[in-house]
Amino acid sequence: MNHQCRLLIFAFALNSFCLLTGFAQTAESSVSFNRDIRSILSDRCFQCHGPDENERAAELRLDRADGEEGAFRTVDGSTAIKPGSIESSEVWKRIITNDLDEIMPPPDANKKPLTDVEKNLIKVWIETGAQYENFWAFEAPKPPQEPEVSDKEWSDHTIDQYVLRKLEREELHPKPRADRRTLIRRLTLDLTGLPPTRDEIAQFLKDDQPKAYERLVDRLLKRPQFGEHIARYWLDLVRFADTNGIHHDHFRDQSPYRDWVIRAFNQNLPYDEFVRYQLAGDLFPEATKDQLVASGFHRLHRIIDRGTMLPEESQARNVIDRVTAVSTSFMGLTVQCAVCHDHKYDPITSRDFYQLYAFFNNIDANPETGGRSGSDFKKGLQPPYISLATLEQEAKATQLRQAEAMAKKQVDELKKQIKAVEQKESEREESEREKVALQQKLKEAEGLLANAKAERNDFDLTLPAAMVMKERIETRPSHIMIRGDYANLGEQVTRQTPAFLPPLQPKNAELATRMDLANWFVRREHPLTARVAVNRFWQQLFGVGIVKTSEDLGTQGEWPSHPELLDYLAWTFVENGWDVKTLFKEMVLSETYCQVSDATPDEFGRDPENRLLSRASRYRLDAEIIRDQILATSGLLVSEMYGKSVKPPQPAGLWKAVALPSSYPNVFTADAGDKIRRRSVYTFWKRGLPPPQMTILNAPTREECIARRERTNTPLQALLLLNEQEYLKAARQLASNMLREAPEERLSVLYETVTSQVPDATETAVLEKTLNDLKALYREVPELSSQLTEGASLEGTSAEELAAWTVLVNTLYNLDITKTRQ
Amino acid sequence: MNTEQDILIQQARRQFLKTSGMGLGATALASLLPQNAHAKGHHQPRAKHVIFLFMAGAPSQVDLFDYKPNLEKHFRKPLPESISQGQRVTAMTRGKEQLVAPSMFKFQQAGSNGIWMSELLPHLSKAADDLCVIKSFNTNAINHDPAKTFVCTGSEIPGKASMGAWLSYGLGAINRDLPDFVVLTSAYWTGGTRNVQGLYSRLWGSGYLPSKHQGVAFQTSGDPVLFLSNPKGINATVRRRMLDAAKELNAKHFTEIGDNEIRTTIAQQEMAFRMQASVPELTDLSGEPKHVEEAYGPEVGKNGSFARNCLLARRMIERGVRFVKVFHRGWDHHSILPKQLPGQAFDIDQPVAALINDLKQRGLFDDTLIVLTGEFGRTVYGQGNLTMTDYGRDHHPRCFSGLLAGGGVQGGMTYGETDEFSYNVAENPVAIRDLHATMLHQLGIDHTRLSFPFQGLDQKLTGVEPARVIDEILV
Repeated sequence: MNHQCRLLIFAFALNSFCLLTGFAQTAESSVSFNRDIRSILSDRCFQCHGPDENERAAELRLDRADGEEGAFRTVDGSTAIKPGSIESSEVWKRIITNDLDEIMPPPDANKKPLTDVEKNLIKVWIETGAQYENFWAFEAPKPPQEPEVSDKEWSDHTIDQYVLRKLEREELHPKPRADRRTLIRRLTLDLTGLPPTRDEIAQFLKDDQPKAYERLVDRLLKRPQFGEHIARYWLDLVRFADTNGIHHDHFRDQSPYRDWVIRAFNQNLPYDEFVRYQLAGDLFPEATKDQLVASGFHRLHRIIDRGTMLPEESQARNVIDRVTAVSTSFMGLTVQCAVCHDHKYDPITSRDFYQLYAFFNNIDANPETGGRSGSDFKKGLQPPYISLATLEQEAKATQLRQAEAMAKKQVDELKKQIKAVEQKESEREESEREKVALQQKLKEAEGLLANAKAERNDFDLTLPAAMVMKERIETRPSHIMIRGDYANLGEQVTRQTPAFLPPLQPKNAELATRMDLANWFVRREHPLTARVAVNRFWQQLFGVGIVKTSEDLGTQGEWPSHPELLDYLAWTFVENGWDVKTLFKEMVLSETYCQVSDATPDEFGRDPENRLLSRASRYRLDAEIIRDQILATSGLLVSEMYGKSVKPPQPAGLWKAVALPSSYPNVFTADAGDKIRRRSVYTFWKRGLPPPQMTILNAPTREECIARRERTNTPLQALLLLNEQEYLKAARQLASNMLREAPEERLSVLYETVTSQVPDATETAVLEKTLNDLKALYREVPELSSQLTEGASLEGTSAEELAAWTVLVNTLYNLDITKTRQ
Repeated sequence: MNTEQDILIQQARRQFLKTSGMGLGATALASLLPQNAHAKGHHQPRAKHVIFLFMAGAPSQVDLFDYKPNLEKHFRKPLPESISQGQRVTAMTRGKEQLVAPSMFKFQQAGSNGIWMSELLPHLSKAADDLCVIKSFNTNAINHDPAKTFVCTGSEIPGKASMGAWLSYGLGAINRDLPDFVVLTSAYWTGGTRNVQGLYSRLWGSGYLPSKHQGVAFQTSGDPVLFLSNPKGINATVRRRMLDAAKELNAKHFTEIGDNEIRTTIAQQEMAFRMQASVPELTDLSGEPKHVEEAYGPEVGKNGSFARNCLLARRMIERGVRFVKVFHRGWDHHSILPKQLPGQAFDIDQPVAALINDLKQRGLFDDTLIVLTGEFGRTVYGQGNLTMTDYGRDHHPRCFSGLLAGGGVQGGMTYGETDEFSYNVAENPVAIRDLHATMLHQLGIDHTRLSFPFQGLDQKLTGVEPARVIDEILV
């Protein structure tokens, strides 16, 4: 099939490419540098004619107009770009020539040749004055101006005005508002990561007072599950995990940081503070525990255990990792490109990178984790850390230490006495007797000491602690590393922010601090921080960010689908005091959010990711939500919050197949008891091999910062949802629950529990028939029924009945609508 | 309802639309074009499959392939400064004397061209006329984790796509009922677990490529593919009945909702059902003739042994799996190398030779490129105890040896030379990116044109430094 099929796709692709580009042009006013030209130049030209000085060819840079090497420069009588005249623009001649030695981009650059559409855009741009614009994302958002729309009926919500204007330009219309069942399911999943219960659905359906939906939103935003759910996205972004991710991949306990993130979202800590705590929590005067724990952000990178790497290399790798995380999380830029060379596309020089590096290079910590002895190793800790013990725990710890000291004293005292007796020159026999008695006492005392020590040790292991950031007193010098090589140091640099962004304004001009940097990030005029944040929150609700490449808002990132909307959201976010819950509320109250997600296959085909927002987005739920939903609907979910990571069962042998025999731990042992059914945000994450229930459904390994997950649909996912043991147990549990319901209501209750919808006649008929067939199958093979229901018999119900219902629940858990947010 | 094929075509089309999005159509199109070209490849391929035998932990080239008869003269003498040039070493041997440790193993010439092979590899020596021994591999990283990541993905930092994922992305599947890219991690090591290495799923990950291209790690115990078997109490009839119900409901929902993704779900559930038959058929060795099994050596009977994995690799190639990666992870010989190395050599020697012969007998050898290498080499100077018969060796990225066979690579040859101490490459260096470029080349792909846009760059397996196809070793 392959050849023919690919040809088909190709033909279609060309066609739709023209369509897409076409409507971008007709809809918006004339050619804009930022929207139409920059990405072409960036893609085809900047590698040799861009910001990177070392690669620059022909003393020409096309990323700017002015300057000696700028695009308008004239060298030897030839002007690269002459505004208004393609005839006098060397660039244009080089684009249209047939001479292979002259044509741009040159064939050996392995760049795609310019298409006719692109050439035409460049032509029109030069002819209309070759207006350069500063890159949109590097300019601060401007005060928003509400857009004009023709349809005044649909909504007066501001978000909707921006969306509608775009739709009107494309001659599209929004879809109608979804029904309440769909809305409560969507909203509950989006704000808490869990499905609504039947009671919650009923309550919402019968609320006929105005603003019922808004009240639902408020209720959901107040739930502690909100924080757990929103935190999960953040934990992907900052690569939170439970092992150190290199070589031995030993255990590393970062759970207090996770708890803090969850609390921060639930308490609605303003986002600017959320940023400042993480970047510089340790530098607050009289820092609180929360601020210190938040500074543990800087400890989330992968880290090697001592013994093979050279420490100076480890230090460099850690700091690069830290800078990369800061830039991905807070700036939405790929500064790590500048580790080795000036950025090819964004105006970030190698010097800029190492000036940022200098902020994070001064950590007062070993660059590698320590030895295997001692409680730190067992606890997954590495200094610096702070104790999070309660007063009671501390009192008990003190008491145990005192008891140990007392026991020690006793032992020492007895040893001394024995020595004294030995030296005494009295009656041999008497002294011998005395010695024996003392030795007996010593033996007892030593036993007591050993006990006290063990008790103290055991208790110490339970004392919570959190790794934090801490500055060295004497500042460690930072250098440019030539081509990223830690052993090849160039010029020494001082802490500074990139020149294309607002100036840093340090408190002390001699030496800027991380606190200065943190404050710089959240200054009103910083063009990136708020945009990057609102874009990601938007992505969590609409499936795709306004800028799709939410990890990269730089020049190689995608052009925003709704630039003015993004700026409106960023502007008001800051105006509202960086209030995250208010932002979420505003987004979910929009009619845009409340549309139905149904459309024709053709509409899905034309805009598969719903970038125009002409309907609600429909996409597969994340792995964690799928698991949590199965646990919640079956009534098995344990809602206990916070604390150490837990290990729900997984297929045997997975860690053993990859771990070093000396890794700690090297074999996976599932936890026992209720906690294996806690929410997935608490699941233990081994970076070398994370839980397959998660990764099969596109959860990242948490080795690097991930701003958005991919969503695929694969046979391995189908196998997981069909056969995973814990999911099947949950199906059996839900089946048992259903068999306690009135017989005539069971199917409907089940369907509603799993999908939040009530089945129509067709669906009911399919379910009934399936159930009867399954019962018949199980009746034929009794041992099959008993295998499936082993340990889960239900009084008054036959094994075949329970088995058939279990498989029916399993069927519903495998429906597309169950695993999809719509 | 359309055929599954239609649905997969549509899925590919939607994928394109997703990548094209708004406004960056040009970039997305650029990424699509080469992908289409890959259907036919950039040029006529010489091979269809790759079996990559990864010797994790780094085998000693000094004791296996890189024969240096003059080293005995230098026993316990310091490695000359002119050779080591003050190069970086690991934390384990930093600041220590670098005393030369000659190999205690004998070498003899094998095959019609007289390739020098260690006595530890008698079976491979017999297959010498099929082997291309490369002595001039070199890499940057000096520690296992980054070095393994580099060999597998072309980068020391996590997040890049692995070799098999690139081939899956570039060339697509041959057999639609099996994964394109399978990983086998071996679980038994003759000589114990002293030198055993860690692995990480990123070594077969898809990085920035769509995750359907990632390797599927087959398990040595339990289900070979995770969650493959029906649970106890569900047989194939029940499963079929249940899937039919799901299909009926999903199809109904498709007519109401309109999203093609629902049809993809149906298609993938059907594929899963087929895999429940195709995978057990693949891993069931009961149909293998006894003489074939025996050829792979005594370990073949052990589930998860390297020998058994070699046999499984052949069965996968037969069934159209594109890329099979087999790990042996016991090569980190920091001490008592002479005692340990024979065990690891034993693990691989007969099975790899058998794999070559088996593929040849089935006419698959020319279509299958076999690569055997570690992540770096080992130092000529000793680590720890040093006598003629007891020594260890530290990590050494500056030169190491590996094997290529089949897939349009010349047999009976060596390529590249090291200096007299097996310390620096003396001629014809082969960087890892050169190996990658060569592998892609044999599969019909120009490494400079197989790219994927991510984080503002056209990402390539061979990275940004120039890479070279090693033409000299190709048929």
